[in-house]
Amino acid sequence: MKIAGFSQALLFVGCLLMAAVASAVIETYEFSSPELQQRYQLLSAELRCPKCQNQNIADSNAPIAQDLRKLLYEQLEAGASNDEILDYMVSRYGEFVRYRPAFDSSTAVLWLAPVLLFIAALVVLFLSLRQRKESGSAGQVELSGEEQQQLQQMLSRSEQDR
Amino acid sequence: MQRLKLFLPLALFAILALLLFRGLELDPREMPSALIDKPLPEFSLPRLGSDSGIARVDVVGEVALFNVWATWCVSCRVEHPYLQQLAENGVPIYGVNYKDDDAAAIQWLQDLGDPYRANIVDAQGSLGLDLGVYGAPETYFVDASGVIRYRHVGVIDERVWQSRLEPIYRELTQEAQQ
Repeated sequence: MKIAGFSQALLFVGCLLMAAVASAVIETYEFSSPELQQRYQLLSAELRCPKCQNQNIADSNAPIAQDLRKLLYEQLEAGASNDEILDYMVSRYGEFVRYRPAFDSSTAVLWLAPVLLFIAALVVLFLSLRQRKESGSAGQVELSGEEQQQLQQMLSRSEQDR
Repeated sequence: MQRLKLFLPLALFAILALLLFRGLELDPREMPSALIDKPLPEFSLPRLGSDSGIARVDVVGEVALFNVWATWCVSCRVEHPYLQQLAENGVPIYGVNYKDDDAAAIQWLQDLGDPYRANIVDAQGSLGLDLGVYGAPETYFVDASGVIRYRHVGVIDERVWQSRLEPIYRELTQEAQQ
């Protein structure tokens, strides 16, 4: 009984996995060399689908992504270089189509922000640590005799209140 | 100074809130076309419902709209009546029948009316690719010298036309008259 339940569960999981595989199959291209296939995978992962903006064209099933994959395949087989293909795409769909846009005036903020934020965080960290260190030595204020007396008075008063 | 520091989180929150508020109004799907201020790409394709072809030289020379449409595109049906109205008011519109079936497209124009000067049959989507089309409907505004000046993604209706597109169209026609 238990074994039957287990094998059923296994079958079920197997079916689920097959379904996932079936939906992931997109058209396949035969490349004339493994090097081209590698570049195809690299570029299709780097090019963004213009329609479904959070997917690359390798993952997307949108018609436009299929078209771009076909184009990519044709261009690779025609002997275009990576840069030529990217330039071709960018001239039609804009810098947007690349997940790693080229560095220019419009993408400078995008590229530099992480570095600048990291430097800013370091500066803040440094300043606050230094401040803490300074207040650590200077922060312990000695009470004057008069203050000491006042403190004693307050303490004894609170003792009496109890 | 110490006191002012207490307001730092509030200030940061205010800045963030402002940014997010601005973001509410932005449509991330609306991206500028890479072809703005570039010439309309060369093409030589069949003309819908005719044996003759149609090329770039046949369509440039005056301010015109290039409307990318297809019978499989639901939003195209929505915008069709308004295109018809624009055509009746004298706005030249060329159709780019994008990855469509010719017979279905001809039937569509018979049933719903034909606002187009002519239709370019782009069955393979090659012109669409050169234009940077990523869905239909899209409408390109081309000036009298054949340069793409604006791209609108999505349905053209009365509101969009009057608030955003008509001023652009008017500017282009005035430019052409000078």
